[in-house]
Amino acid sequence: MKGKTKLIYFLMLFLLVTAFTNNSTQLNDKGVVVPRMQNVNGLQLPDGFKATVMAEGLGRARHLAVNSNGDVYVKLERLKDGKGIYRLRDTNADGVADNITGFGDYIGTGIAIKNNYLYASSNDGVFRYKITNDGVADPETIVKGLVNKRQHESKSLALDNAGNMYVNIGAPSNVCQEKDRTKGSPGRNPCPILDSAGGIWQFKAEGMNQSYAEGTRYATGLRNVVGLDWNNEVNDLYVTQHGRDMLFQHYPELFDQKSGANNPAEEMFRVKKGADCGWPYCYFDNDKNQKLLNPEFGGDRNKVGVCDGKVKSIVQFPGHLAPNALLFYTGKMFPEKYKNGAFIAFHGSWNRAPEPQAGYFVVFVPFKSGMPSGKWEVFADGFAGEDINRAKYRPCGLAQGPDGALYVSDDNNGTIWKITYSSN
Amino acid sequence: MWKLILEGLFAGFAGLIFIRPSQPLPKASIERGKKVYNTYCLACHQADGSGMQRMNPTLVKTSYVLGDKKKLITIILKGLQGGEVEIDGDTFHNPMPAHDFLKDQEIADVLSYVRNSFGNKASAVTVAEVKSERMKIK
Repeated sequence: MKGKTKLIYFLMLFLLVTAFTNNSTQLNDKGVVVPRMQNVNGLQLPDGFKATVMAEGLGRARHLAVNSNGDVYVKLERLKDGKGIYRLRDTNADGVADNITGFGDYIGTGIAIKNNYLYASSNDGVFRYKITNDGVADPETIVKGLVNKRQHESKSLALDNAGNMYVNIGAPSNVCQEKDRTKGSPGRNPCPILDSAGGIWQFKAEGMNQSYAEGTRYATGLRNVVGLDWNNEVNDLYVTQHGRDMLFQHYPELFDQKSGANNPAEEMFRVKKGADCGWPYCYFDNDKNQKLLNPEFGGDRNKVGVCDGKVKSIVQFPGHLAPNALLFYTGKMFPEKYKNGAFIAFHGSWNRAPEPQAGYFVVFVPFKSGMPSGKWEVFADGFAGEDINRAKYRPCGLAQGPDGALYVSDDNNGTIWKITYSSN
Repeated sequence: MWKLILEGLFAGFAGLIFIRPSQPLPKASIERGKKVYNTYCLACHQADGSGMQRMNPTLVKTSYVLGDKKKLITIILKGLQGGEVEIDGDTFHNPMPAHDFLKDQEIADVLSYVRNSFGNKASAVTVAEVKSERMKIK
């Protein structure tokens, strides 16, 4: 190649590389779609989108729910001034909350609104409040006495249109070993945890003081589901599971540092009643693109074993990104391609170390008739800030406003963003 | 008499070296401790010791790391259920497995490393101190 041609070629390559790395994440060598993005208030969003900080400093702000009047309710995992739920009201419609009130004296993650009731979870039960003109009525106990052993304790929840509520009861375990998270300790088969955790339980939305006896194990074999949503278009439950940890650390003969960071997949399941999604026996191997037997249960990255009969996920993501919220978008504000598609808020990883951490972003998956219709893509990025290993914000909750705006919460500082779209 | 004086002087000199309050840090032990840390601790506590919010406790300037060495050694030997450690109002939920399979020397090395990394500054942990705590557990 002649000098000048070489230079031009080099410049073109440079432009190409910078064009694809500027606003993206560490993951786009995997074929991740990153749309043309612009910087708005420290975040990167696709063209036409705008982010407004609605509130900040709420601390451990987990899930969100928006009422039909636009009030945003935030569930906190750590009390702020003695309160565990905050209502954010924007009286002058500038996108910023100017009336903030707190109630509820317990910590937790789940929150949802149905039929003018606010449902909120502690780490072992669910309460609900009738929403009144000037606040909320006294809480009623809907569910109590669920497993809470600290690990994977978030009782995320969703409601359908037939009077049912779905509650995640995460397994207090990594992969149901005899000794949790201990190298060399074998898996327990059958796993006794599955009797009371590691799945989604269904309760009556109107029932009082329910516990395991009154509920139904709706789906099992799910390690920990922090994001779940009822899809009203096809009337099904969808969940995002946090995959297991420590593949590289416990099985260096099967996983090197890089494949340990990228495995197992974080997975989205469409969950029918009675579904068994495979935990703790199975994991999804991103490199083999297959659901395989976990090494604690005799797996060697080739054996399928019992995993053949388990429910397969419909979308897979890189390992350890922690999908903490799932929302099917039904609003009219965003462009047509977003309609009925899924937004997922990723909390970001820790078990990718010493590889760089990843996943402090909100992702979009296009859907058609309840099934993915294209590759997932980055929707909102930049939450980590300058150092990916010391994230500034950690996306955790999602909710849709009555006008079709998308709300995102962060549980590092307690920031709530309102994301809007305008074609102008 | 001279012998006594000499012995006294020697003891005083030895005391200056070995028992003075700010001992020099055992460099070799800290070097070895870094390797132990990278193998067994880094996955959860991270390369910079900062841990992970609500899951794996930070090791940066906390009383758990800088305080009572006996308690710290016991955490390594017995592990934690998760939830016991509270730092600045947050608790940490991942259980820590027992690391009693590490040799006394490895535990002394890794704790000396942790107590003198990530902005920490504290006395080293000795093999004798680890041995003494392990005896109590057995």
